[in-house]
Amino acid sequence: MTLLEVFQSLEEMWIGEAIRTSYWLFPFIEAIHLVGLALLGGTVLVVDLRLMGLTLRSRTASQVLLNARPYFVLAVVTMFATGIPLALSEMIKLYYNFSWWVKITALPLALLFTFFVRNPIVLRERASNLSLGVLGLVSIVLWFTVAGAGRWIGFS
Amino acid sequence: MSLRWFADWLDTHAWSTALHESLYMYPYIETTHVLALTLFVGTLAVVDLRMLGVAYRTTPISTISQSVLPWTVVGFVIMFVTGLLLFYAIPVRTYHSIWFRIKVIMIVLAAINAVHYHYRISKNRILWDNAPRPPRSVRMTAAASLFLWVVVIFSGRMIAYNWFDCDRPQPDWVITLAGCVIDEVASL
Repeated sequence: MTLLEVFQSLEEMWIGEAIRTSYWLFPFIEAIHLVGLALLGGTVLVVDLRLMGLTLRSRTASQVLLNARPYFVLAVVTMFATGIPLALSEMIKLYYNFSWWVKITALPLALLFTFFVRNPIVLRERASNLSLGVLGLVSIVLWFTVAGAGRWIGFS
Repeated sequence: MSLRWFADWLDTHAWSTALHESLYMYPYIETTHVLALTLFVGTLAVVDLRMLGVAYRTTPISTISQSVLPWTVVGFVIMFVTGLLLFYAIPVRTYHSIWFRIKVIMIVLAAINAVHYHYRISKNRILWDNAPRPPRSVRMTAAASLFLWVVVIFSGRMIAYNWFDCDRPQPDWVITLAGCVIDEVASL
């Protein structure tokens, strides 16, 4: 079974079929995806800007992170819950869509970096301000690559 | 009809057409508009969550506001400028869009909500600045803000769909709400 055939059978699943045949389902799910983007971006930015010393300097980085984390997780869950159905409705288009491949490559990198590199280092509270700043910058670049490539799926 | 006249006038601009038809400029502006949601609504949501008493409960509201809201303002400026450009590229259709009209109304309501908070509700902030769970009026303002901006995002996204466009056959209520010009309404 080739990758394209896998994508074809995914597209043929009932969930993608339901979204394709509906007039408003795709736009509706897409709008929730955008609301999730706002929350995801906000919870990523407030932490990363703090790591770069650009906001909430009177609070420790780990305090800022711990308060944002539940809403970051909520946003990630929302993005998966809406993004997966959206993708299932047009798997063959995505197979040929370069932006989608960029997004789907950057996404696991961003998630792994956030949960296994940035967060543990921040919570250990031993890193220098410079290394915290670098963590924040890398996180912003990774997440905005995911978001920008995601928006570009619709143009390419 | 004066606003429609204004949209028509914008539509005659060569730059408006050039922007609409550009291969990269329009998508770049649109992408910037969407990504700025993270900076604008995203950071505003952080402030609202604090005012709701569900995040940063040990940080004074004034600290969160003074430190985070400047970024919200940066996000708003980016969204407003790119939004104006997007309107400039497609003025007449956007002017008649029901979704755009809902969006503008919601933005006005959100602005009223923000002004009301700033000049009335936050007057006695000293009393609840440190409160993990602020008074009801503060929480209501934050909830209204979150609700209104979610509706703005929803209606903004829907502008792209042509369900209620004047150049398609539409029921009377759509023609009224969209302000379609009767001579231009498709007859079917």
